[in-house]
Amino acid sequence: MLDRDLFPKRIGRKLGRRSLLSALGATAIGVSLEGCGKPVVRGPNGEEAKLNLYNWDTYIGKHSFEWFKDKTGVSVALTLFANNDELFSKLRAGNPGFDVIVPTNDFVTRMRIADMLTPIDKSKIPNFKNLQPAFQTAPFDPGRKYSIPYTWLALGVGYRKSKIDGVPNSWKWLFDSDRYKGRIAIFDEADDLVRLAAKYLGHPGTNIPVSLLPTIEAMYIRQKKNIRVFHEDNGQDLLLAGDVDIVLEYNGDIAQVMAEDDDLAFVIPKEGSLLQSDCMCIPKGAPRIDNAHRFINFMLDAKVGADLSSTILYPTPNQAVLDLMPDSYRNNPAIFPPPDQMKNCEYSTFEGVERTRMFDELLTRVRAA
Amino acid sequence: MAETVNESWKKSPGMFASLLAPPTLFLFAFLLAPLFVVWTYSFGHNEGLTEITVDGTFANYAHALNPLYLSILIKSFAFAAFTTFICLAAGFPIALAITFAKAKTKSWLLLLIMLPFWTNLLIRTYALMALLRTQGYVNGFLHIVWNGIAGVLHLVHGPALPAFQPLDLLYNNFAVVLGLVYVQLPFMVLPLYSALDRLDRSLLEASLDLGAGHLRTMVQVVLPLAMPGVASGILVTLIPSVGAFLTPDLLGGVDSQMIANVIERQFKAANDWPFGAAISFLLMYVTFVAIALQSVFAPKKEARS
Repeated sequence: MLDRDLFPKRIGRKLGRRSLLSALGATAIGVSLEGCGKPVVRGPNGEEAKLNLYNWDTYIGKHSFEWFKDKTGVSVALTLFANNDELFSKLRAGNPGFDVIVPTNDFVTRMRIADMLTPIDKSKIPNFKNLQPAFQTAPFDPGRKYSIPYTWLALGVGYRKSKIDGVPNSWKWLFDSDRYKGRIAIFDEADDLVRLAAKYLGHPGTNIPVSLLPTIEAMYIRQKKNIRVFHEDNGQDLLLAGDVDIVLEYNGDIAQVMAEDDDLAFVIPKEGSLLQSDCMCIPKGAPRIDNAHRFINFMLDAKVGADLSSTILYPTPNQAVLDLMPDSYRNNPAIFPPPDQMKNCEYSTFEGVERTRMFDELLTRVRAA
Repeated sequence: MAETVNESWKKSPGMFASLLAPPTLFLFAFLLAPLFVVWTYSFGHNEGLTEITVDGTFANYAHALNPLYLSILIKSFAFAAFTTFICLAAGFPIALAITFAKAKTKSWLLLLIMLPFWTNLLIRTYALMALLRTQGYVNGFLHIVWNGIAGVLHLVHGPALPAFQPLDLLYNNFAVVLGLVYVQLPFMVLPLYSALDRLDRSLLEASLDLGAGHLRTMVQVVLPLAMPGVASGILVTLIPSVGAFLTPDLLGGVDSQMIANVIERQFKAANDWPFGAAISFLLMYVTFVAIALQSVFAPKKEARS
């Protein structure tokens, strides 16, 4: 039985979903050893009463596992990954035993292409109807055959109001200006950086012409002297600790630290940004497919989802959940950026390994310059 | 002693083989075999997203040898060499002090040297970050001292100090070298200590009796005798430093990219394992050459002594 205090709220706020600390996997070891040496307990569906969930750090509801166990008798063993690349590397040589994984949309595409996902039987997911219609299908998975949305997120600018003049609603302040020299941190993700730079330069974030890449590279090399650090998705920590005053981060991560420090704020620049959606998927070779479906359905339940959303403060794609949430969540501009900020946003899309490699080498060159 | 061991294994080869078999098997199954697999990857290319076809191509090595990656490799060696130099300069006096300490103090000092190994590297690095950050403990302490001085000056009607500016201690190359020295120092001190501890003290007395000063004794007697320790200290400090990736990742700034960071990205973000394997093995070939050079020079010294 999981104690309530096992997931103190403070931890949920302090560490980002992609925090490097999760590399320690301390929680994972603690939880997964629990099952050792006990006889196999089978549920009514004939499957072992167990579920292996592979998820981001601080990305589960305070009571999710406890309530799931109460309802189904199935205990969840949680393993953490720090980023999609880690998830992909671990599964590419075969599924080591995970039943449910939570990749981001571009990795849903990647894993689909690599034939690493099991189709989801929606007749076992009655709570699917709770999702907002816009999320019941997706460009990266038409008809939601392989992925069920868990949260969505948007990249934007987190900043310290007292140290920044006005609202930094352009990528310029991060990518192309010495105004905040030495107080800038940007994400160490080649793909996102190249796509956002393209948006700043007036192009869409997909199908970026190769001829534009040298311009982007030159811009980052020029900007390098003004940037303090390329962060590992711990931008919110750097902002909170006062190491930098303006960062490129996800809305949910900044929303978490805003709850701790009134001086912090979040904005999506006017040039538009990249949206992502983390999804629940069942990897090929999952040992307990029925439990996996039950868990996915359970997480889409209104009350369970409300517990999740109030713990992690990421936007929910679930209308039933939203109806239960307080105004402080529904009207939080960091969690749900206003429509005028959202209108130029687009989903980040996987466009093949060649592009991934090209973008990665571009960033390697920038960092070596 | 060595001879008896030699004789006994010649007498009972079966016994020797059965003792040697498990570690040899272990070495093959869990070190050499996986290394071999990665080595073959370096001659292959990606087929789709998850398959690697090994076709004997040298394209990965050709790509790894382009100036971009060579410059990063050279930079990594520069970081590592600087780290090793500081470790040697700081480690030698430490090792010497431990050698000449009283027996009881000596074991405490050795324990202190080994204490950091009991904590995970990641946690030690985060601890270092807490010390060095803009509003970290070092800057906090300096701020208090600064305010103290300003207060005293104010009392004696001296000049007013400007407001305290925190030092940039984190997210730069200084932090990376500091972090590497912090991690590697024990690896330098221990071989130095074991070399110095075995040193015949009467040689020092003889040197001093025959009129050499302390400094000259140190340079002409102690240092040459400690050379094997120095060499192995340099090797065990230099090689892991070249391949460090956590330290530059967490403590480094925009200019702190090292070769291991590039390798890590090939296996993760870029999903290009063959290329990652090629850079890894390029690094390993360079290391082999360094070890080979060391063993070429080592016998000469033995012959001389």
